[in-house]
Amino acid sequence: MIAAIIRRDCARSWTGGSVVIPVIFVLMVATLIPFALGPRPTLLSATGGGMLWVAALLASLLPIDRLIEPDRESGLFDQLILRGARDETIIAAKLVAHWLNFGPPLLLACLPAAALLQLPGEVLLRLEISLLIGTPGLAALALLTATLTAGLRGSSALAGLLVLPLAVPLLIFGAGALGANSGSALKLLAASALILVAIAPFAGGAALRAGRE
Amino acid sequence: MRHVAAMDATGQATDGGPTGFPAARIDLRAVACRRGGRVLFAGLDLTLSSGQSALVGGPNGIGKSSLLRMICGLLPVFAGSVAVAGALALADERMALDMDQPLARALSFWAGIDGHGAGGTGVADALAAMALAPLADVPVHMLSTGQRKRAVLARVIASGAPVWLLDEPANGLDTASLALLDRAMGRHLQQGGIILAASHQGLPLRETVALTLSRPVAGPDDLPDDGGEGEA
Repeated sequence: MIAAIIRRDCARSWTGGSVVIPVIFVLMVATLIPFALGPRPTLLSATGGGMLWVAALLASLLPIDRLIEPDRESGLFDQLILRGARDETIIAAKLVAHWLNFGPPLLLACLPAAALLQLPGEVLLRLEISLLIGTPGLAALALLTATLTAGLRGSSALAGLLVLPLAVPLLIFGAGALGANSGSALKLLAASALILVAIAPFAGGAALRAGRE
Repeated sequence: MRHVAAMDATGQATDGGPTGFPAARIDLRAVACRRGGRVLFAGLDLTLSSGQSALVGGPNGIGKSSLLRMICGLLPVFAGSVAVAGALALADERMALDMDQPLARALSFWAGIDGHGAGGTGVADALAAMALAPLADVPVHMLSTGQRKRAVLARVIASGAPVWLLDEPANGLDTASLALLDRAMGRHLQQGGIILAASHQGLPLRETVALTLSRPVAGPDDLPDDGGEGEA
């Protein structure tokens, strides 16, 4: 059943085109930054990595209103629970599917974005590693927020306000991992992401259950 | 009859008949439902075994849908006990079908989870039973109200579950579709399935247990035996 949910979500993202949204978003941010900061290569390559981390964080907000609410509204979750699924299992499957549709495209988008910002090769490598570790945390945070705000009016604005403060540790350690000798920042990033990934199914499952009553 | 409408199983309805689901059973004991701080109904007893059906009636908002959702485990049971043997299939106003998918593919998602294999004969048979076969390639969001209702019923048929919980299954159906629903329900009961339907209008269910939900009148004799009523 987990595999069926993941397959369905991935197929929907790919055929529905929502998989390219974070890609386009990150590329647009990378295009806009030189307009805002001026086209000085030293400035861009010094700040570009952090900028891309902020872009990744903001990109994680984009799909929040489509993650949970449509499936809750359509009765999909009810039918899954009727077939013996637990709320936690559903959210865990949703988390895997969401990361698959969000993480790898984002990592790919950072390649041309880094070129636009003239990031040095080793910074790009560290950016990709830190995003690889950090995006599961971002995905978990987005999914958790989507579950908590499902069914509320104006939920997407509220979701943004909820996610951004909670994402501060990911951003600090993720951007901190871009400098040289950044092993400890990577470990702390991994720890923060791991906590979010571990909490998301249980907190999200509880929110899903509470939302049914 | 106030709020208690109890009727116990009166012998096997399908004695000697073919029973595909001999173990299917629904057992409700003194069930009460509370929503938003109000007790909607209380002291509901119902036992259905293989081949039996029940029609739950009552005015809007009396808790018919809530009763079905309680049996599904989607709502907590306020008082009493609910026991179900056999897989459940629920048809309510929520389709649970992907709107942008063709109908047959959307149904196959559930068939795959139910273990009949996607694209197997289950989906094709269910589509045929609801006269939806010509619409198999039409995206779900293009279907009309009545066609959507039939699609939900097809999902229930394709599930192969012995216990059907139908919430207003006749809503939006035309005469021909009602006949299809009648035939599908008759076949399901003949195979030993159980149907619990909630409807404010009559349904063509033969030999059915009729239940009418009504609000408990405040008074000591109306409290459920286990005294779970804690409303202000």
